[in-house]
Amino acid sequence: MARAAVLGRLNWLIATVSAVRDETATARTIVLDVPGWPGHAAGQHVDVRLTAPDGYSAQRSYSIASAPAGSRLELTVQRLEDGEVSPYLAQILEVGYPLELRGPIGGWFVWDAAGLRPVLLVAGGSGIVPLMAMIRTRAAAGSQAPFRLVYSVRSPDTVIYSSELHERQARARAGDPDGVSVSYVYTRTAPPGSDVPPGRIGPDALAVAGWLPGQAPAVFVCGPTGYVEAAADILTRAGHDPGRIKTERFGPTGG
Amino acid sequence: MDYLDGNVLGGALGEVFAVDVTAAVGWCASCGTSGAIGQAHVYTDAPGLVARCPACGEVLLRLVRDDGRAWLDLRGISCLQLALPAGG
Amino acid sequence: MGIVSPGFAGRRQPGGEKLPPGQYRVTDFPVLSAGPTPRVDTGKWQLRIRSETGREHTWDWAAFLQLPSEDITVDIHCVTKWSKFGTGWRGVSVDTLLAGVETAAEFAMARSYGGYTTNLPLADLLGGQAWVAYRYDGQDLAPEHGGPARLLVPHLYFWKSAKWVNGIDLMERDQQGFWESLGYHNYGDPWREQRYWGD
Repeated sequence: MARAAVLGRLNWLIATVSAVRDETATARTIVLDVPGWPGHAAGQHVDVRLTAPDGYSAQRSYSIASAPAGSRLELTVQRLEDGEVSPYLAQILEVGYPLELRGPIGGWFVWDAAGLRPVLLVAGGSGIVPLMAMIRTRAAAGSQAPFRLVYSVRSPDTVIYSSELHERQARARAGDPDGVSVSYVYTRTAPPGSDVPPGRIGPDALAVAGWLPGQAPAVFVCGPTGYVEAAADILTRAGHDPGRIKTERFGPTGG
Repeated sequence: MDYLDGNVLGGALGEVFAVDVTAAVGWCASCGTSGAIGQAHVYTDAPGLVARCPACGEVLLRLVRDDGRAWLDLRGISCLQLALPAGG
Repeated sequence: MGIVSPGFAGRRQPGGEKLPPGQYRVTDFPVLSAGPTPRVDTGKWQLRIRSETGREHTWDWAAFLQLPSEDITVDIHCVTKWSKFGTGWRGVSVDTLLAGVETAAEFAMARSYGGYTTNLPLADLLGGQAWVAYRYDGQDLAPEHGGPARLLVPHLYFWKSAKWVNGIDLMERDQQGFWESLGYHNYGDPWREQRYWGD
């Protein structure tokens, strides 16, 4: 772990929303300016705290979506139907609003930008967020580590960061080392003309040439708890070293 | 599955410790299995945080927070190994 | 207190004067747990009362269901600040369970499948203040809410209402249970807001 393990105690910081960007019908990226931000590593998260005028507060964790960039931070929030915090972040928060957060948190589910080992990223739904931070950090650092993403979604219109992933995938196909190979698993609705019927992730999706157990890739799995369990199980059965598989479970809801 | 990964301890423990405990390696006091605290099974829907050993299910650590006070029980971890910056 | 988030109200209902201090009313039923949900087969379920002399009184599920039970409606208050009004339960009064038990003990420890414990004065388990409940809202008590049976002590914070209860130990000297040993108040009266040590 290259990042220094010694940090100061975490304190709450007040960020200001500088921009918002819709990613899908239910997910939105919030760009924040955070004075005093100490920087972060790809895979880390922040805790966000909302407080009502009478003092009632609610707190949730959100993965950082952006590569380190001074005092600028991006979070991507998936709005959950019966969520308490996500509807506020995805719909009510606007440019200029304050947002209280603390971080960066987490030294274990982190990709070290100095690493050269191939990296297999396995995302389920909004689990793509911390893995996108890894993809963006790799690009910003000019890293040569081979990266591959397997991204499981309900349908093509629920893909978060779709144009950016499309662009990085195109670069990979053109042989550009900056590119990232991406494959999708559609669980409910496949794209028109697809010859693969929709279905949950299975061993075939994760048996990726170049990222097989023999190549000893670092594996990061992130998404809802059930998805992470299923994917981690497939990977260990396929022979990946459990010590090289890092997981981040989002819980059944968490909104 | 009703638990989360140990990553989720980072925020609460970050208020108590100046080092990142989720990256530390802990030895379970009940069964002796060692692993990153980030791999612990953490129950967050409780009056406090409870982290359990992924191997044997026994409690590794517990944390309760009041406004201005926190209580931490680490008896379930017999040893915690933390990385420090080299040369320090 | 943190900075106020413009436009945030949280998911709460107005409570009125039945709310203890610092509480807010909910209409759902949050599930809190310190560990995995025990899955207890009623064929193997046991409830054991043990007196301070070591004498034990045990019921299996069939014997337990033969005991006189009552339907009650109570308000419940969790130390994590949610309160739920008018919850309906069916259970056996702890007075009934302790009726045949000789004891000079003043304290009790409730024990659960899965290892949870919580302590309370024996007096708070008697006098129509406590039940071992096995039905909630007209149905068998679900595992995530403590089924097959849980302790129900509505006049104290709800962490004292031990889910998956399998025993009550009577003690001459008080001992702290799972949360009481880590900052939570030894007694836990929501009306005096006794959440933590020293409150």
